[in-house]
Amino acid sequence: MEEQFAKTEIHKPENIVYKKSDLMVDRPLSYCPGCGHGTAHRMLMEVIEEMDISDKTIGVSPVGCSVLAYDFLNIDMLGAAHGRAPALATAIKRMWPNHFVFTYQGDGDLAAIGTAETIHACNRGENITIIFINNGIYGMTGGQMAPTTLPGMRSSTSPYGRDVPTMGHPLKITELIAQLPGVYYVTRQAVHTPNNVRKTKKAIRKAFELQKENKGLCFIEIVSNCNSGWKMTPVQSNKWMEENMFPFYVLGDIKVDGKLIEMTK
Amino acid sequence: MAKIKGDIVINTERCKGCEVCLAACPFTVIAMSKEVNSKGYHFAMKVNHECTGCTNCALVCPDGVITVYRAKVETE
Repeated sequence: MEEQFAKTEIHKPENIVYKKSDLMVDRPLSYCPGCGHGTAHRMLMEVIEEMDISDKTIGVSPVGCSVLAYDFLNIDMLGAAHGRAPALATAIKRMWPNHFVFTYQGDGDLAAIGTAETIHACNRGENITIIFINNGIYGMTGGQMAPTTLPGMRSSTSPYGRDVPTMGHPLKITELIAQLPGVYYVTRQAVHTPNNVRKTKKAIRKAFELQKENKGLCFIEIVSNCNSGWKMTPVQSNKWMEENMFPFYVLGDIKVDGKLIEMTK
Repeated sequence: MAKIKGDIVINTERCKGCEVCLAACPFTVIAMSKEVNSKGYHFAMKVNHECTGCTNCALVCPDGVITVYRAKVETE
């Protein structure tokens, strides 16, 4: 009885401390259960909602799992050819310099097929925000090996684990582009724990604030899980990510205010 | 004495049963249901009254199905 009373007391609109952003379209996400994409989408939309820039933000979604972002984000979105999102974003930003432009890309798209576009857009210092979801695998096409796949990590095209002498080293594209002078802010975050989600949101907010000030390109890598591709449960995959991905892809800021942060490793 | 009480409302039809919220909750307020929703997923549900409205579960939920309420409740 007491609990009933408490419920009617608490369930009031003014007591809501957290709910899904209104900029997320009210339809079920097509992503697998436990996939970090949903959280990343939500944080992005929360930032845009808080900054009240939804009517002048244009997103570019490329090919990969994130291609469906335009179904879920209630802002203007464009679909780019595979890997060409930074090039398209460059054009949009030059046409409308007062608009906020971001790209939302996966690792197969940004680090493999679109390497040239990414590196050149970063080198030109285009005033856009790139959000890079790194799950170490080509998720949508069936879990093939990506450039970011860790050594020894199994995927459908490296069933015995990635063998470095024959398949090459994993690509730390975030560190690579942090070296470029056109890039102003580079950070690596994750979305698997509440603490990391809050940090990711702060990083996205910072990137959009810097874009407002025309500071240059901001690059946010979000290390995420791909439980379907990794053949694990969502909770297992988050644990696996902490144990295996984070030692290689170290979380934290890499470049702040145009200056590289000295890494301890 | 005033006490902070929290409560969560889960949109069970949208829940995909990934159990990430279970790991995030500091008071084990959430557990998985035995029954399934229309898509066949075991959904998350609130099982006790320990919730403080910390929003941890809602933040990590990939599908954003959790709404969190928090209020000061007068208790004697």
